[in-house]
Amino acid sequence: MRNDRAERMSEDDDHRSQPSDLDFTTNKARNCSPVASGSGSGVTEEFQPTYLDEVLDNVLENVLDFLTSRRDRNAASLVCKSWYRKEAHTRSELFIGNCYAVSPDRVTARFTKVRSLVLKGKPRFADFGLMPPGWGAHFNPWVMPLARAYRPLLEKVHLKRMSVTDDDLEMLAESFPGFKELVLVCCDGFGTSGLSVFVRKCRQLRVLDLVESEVSDDEVDWISCFPEGESCLESLIFDCVECPINFEALERLVSNSPSLKKLGLNRHVSIGQLYRLLLIRGPQLAHLGTGSFSLSELAPHGDQEQEPDYASVFSACKSLVFLSGFREIIPDYLPAIYPVCANLTSLNFSYANIDAEQLRPVIRNCHNVQVFWALDSICDEGLQAVAATCRELRELRVFPIDAREDGEGSVSEVGLQAISEGCPKLQSILFFCQEMTNAAVIAMSRNCPDLVVFRLCIMGRHRPDHVTGEPMDEGFGAIVMNCKKLTRLATSGLLTDKAFHYIGRYGKLVRTLSFAFAGNTDSGLKYVLEGCPQLQKLEIRDSPFGDAALHSGLHQYYNMRFLWMSSCRLTHEGCRQVAQALPRLVVEAIGSPNKENMEMDDPVDTLYMYRSLQGQRNDVPEFVTIL
Amino acid sequence: MEMERSVSYESDLNFKATELRLGLPGSDETEKQSTPCVRGHKRASSEISEESKGSSKVTDTAPPPAKAHIVGWPPVRSYRKNCFQKNEGEGVGKFVKVSMDGAPYLRKIDLGVYRSYSELLKALENMFKLTIGAYSEREGYHGSEYAPTYEDKDGDWMLVGDVPWEMFISSCKKLRIMKGSEARGLGCSA
Repeated sequence: MRNDRAERMSEDDDHRSQPSDLDFTTNKARNCSPVASGSGSGVTEEFQPTYLDEVLDNVLENVLDFLTSRRDRNAASLVCKSWYRKEAHTRSELFIGNCYAVSPDRVTARFTKVRSLVLKGKPRFADFGLMPPGWGAHFNPWVMPLARAYRPLLEKVHLKRMSVTDDDLEMLAESFPGFKELVLVCCDGFGTSGLSVFVRKCRQLRVLDLVESEVSDDEVDWISCFPEGESCLESLIFDCVECPINFEALERLVSNSPSLKKLGLNRHVSIGQLYRLLLIRGPQLAHLGTGSFSLSELAPHGDQEQEPDYASVFSACKSLVFLSGFREIIPDYLPAIYPVCANLTSLNFSYANIDAEQLRPVIRNCHNVQVFWALDSICDEGLQAVAATCRELRELRVFPIDAREDGEGSVSEVGLQAISEGCPKLQSILFFCQEMTNAAVIAMSRNCPDLVVFRLCIMGRHRPDHVTGEPMDEGFGAIVMNCKKLTRLATSGLLTDKAFHYIGRYGKLVRTLSFAFAGNTDSGLKYVLEGCPQLQKLEIRDSPFGDAALHSGLHQYYNMRFLWMSSCRLTHEGCRQVAQALPRLVVEAIGSPNKENMEMDDPVDTLYMYRSLQGQRNDVPEFVTIL
Repeated sequence: MEMERSVSYESDLNFKATELRLGLPGSDETEKQSTPCVRGHKRASSEISEESKGSSKVTDTAPPPAKAHIVGWPPVRSYRKNCFQKNEGEGVGKFVKVSMDGAPYLRKIDLGVYRSYSELLKALENMFKLTIGAYSEREGYHGSEYAPTYEDKDGDWMLVGDVPWEMFISSCKKLRIMKGSEARGLGCSA
């Protein structure tokens, strides 16, 4: 589960506005200097600033310093050239939603004083194996330009779905000795050797968060590489690192980190070791990833002497509000966490294979939980228990333990209905199930009017309402109709064009849409492209939409971050026409078999297109054709 | 768009398991769990979508044919999928039989002892006194007349090295070192 910082990077957080990286209108910006001394025309960049100009400049700069939201800053930058420049020189937090939308050189030329950078790479469908490896989103081309432009200011880098190498990490550490915060979400390409170099060189490091990233095991003891002596570490999250760590070194590090508030352990840390860490730092921790919550792999069972009183050490964790981990949980140890339940706002059991019986005594105390993630092993009964207690629930995610189309279904419309009735403040839901009914989805649309994110994954493709046999159109229709704040929707099950019609008609605030195995004809996609003015991200797979549907969105594509369509009915020619009509769009055909002799009718297996100021990227692999 | 599996298997290799048939979901016991294909070459999802695109009316949408390999569906990250596979198959003492074409006896090895493909392949080379050659995603093994294959949980024969190591460990039931022309024909090219 992501920490606060990473949550700000979530897709749902995007604000619809003129993006910072696209400045189409600056050509039209007027020079609005109040006194145009010297030359008569108002559009010259060189003029002799008067005293008044300088005062106003300072005022502007000071005022702009207060602007933190990038949406506000983007708006300010459009007022006139002077404001554009000032804003560019005062923006310290930079967000780039698509690393290929703008080149590093252009970024560093415009923004001169960046302290914090958020950079996102691959589109989300890459997480599910739909993108061949080596596609791109390399951090490497950014490192040197950042080092040249932002030394020594840059202190925070957050990357999502980027490929980062060990060399990149080393370069980053060397270029910015005062570096404070590194967050890598869903990244890959690096290993423990890169980490070891990084932590050794960044002596001011406060935050190192590795979230759902793939870290290769280079058999380097990176934990030992943190500098000796007192550390200013505030957050160390490495749940996803799959290799064993040196526990003694970790214990020393935790001991030397009086500011440590967040600790996320990987599954190689046993409950006994967790105990020792909590003895040192428990009372200060606000966020804990427990590690395996099981016995050490090496310790013989039944040979324990007195097992430590785990509950007592948890009782001392008075600051704990976020609890996750439980990677290999032995449910017998669950009672240890009872003392902290009442204070928890976030509980992540999504790696814990526990059933309703085991969940109940825990969840019964979790009155303040706002975010709850779990496996469907808790079944509908478990969800009912959640609904009975967690009135404050804002976010629910239920993942499948058996992620197959026709696996055993443990949660259903019964659980969904219960949640909708018990948790009226629900804002965000991700729900995997084998079967669902329109009635339950409609009920949720009525009971949970605050829904902003609704993602339902009925795992069987084309599966209808299992009670009525109807398509799931009415359910999803009700969601867009009744949930007036909805910005993100992911659909599943049997859907006809009607569902798309509803979305286009009612989904006026929708920014992110995901479709799979849905729809009948081109009309479906047309409804959505024509009806959803706030659309930013559209991901579609295995749906019968062709070139005509694609062309119906031409008015929209510059307003969007990207469009993904895989295994649909697009042809090479259809996509090429889009590329011609919209020169600032990069249109990638991925996985197309034969680059050389593209025929008009050749199907495009995967289309990924995005607006960009830099045009075609220079790291295109051979399986990608830019149209 | 059809993307064929270019692997050709002989009839004694559980051909039935790789056969595509029409039928109601769940009717085929040997169907494969959807494998997130990290390498992106095995893409049969389009075959299924061809079927579903064919129907234009809701009421006569045929149930999808027996599952081929749907990449990336359901949309669960492979890290999460692997976590639970791992828990099932992990641990020391995972013994599997190894056969080699032309050798009279089977051998047995403990997969839990190895931590990577290179370790495993070296061990096989030592055990059978042969060279296996270099692996490449596109062409499988070349540089020798041998290619290591394995039978996974669903009864499918796969080329060793195609899936991430953890996934291999938890799904491998037995190994077979193929020889000769069969071996040369193996690969995962599109």
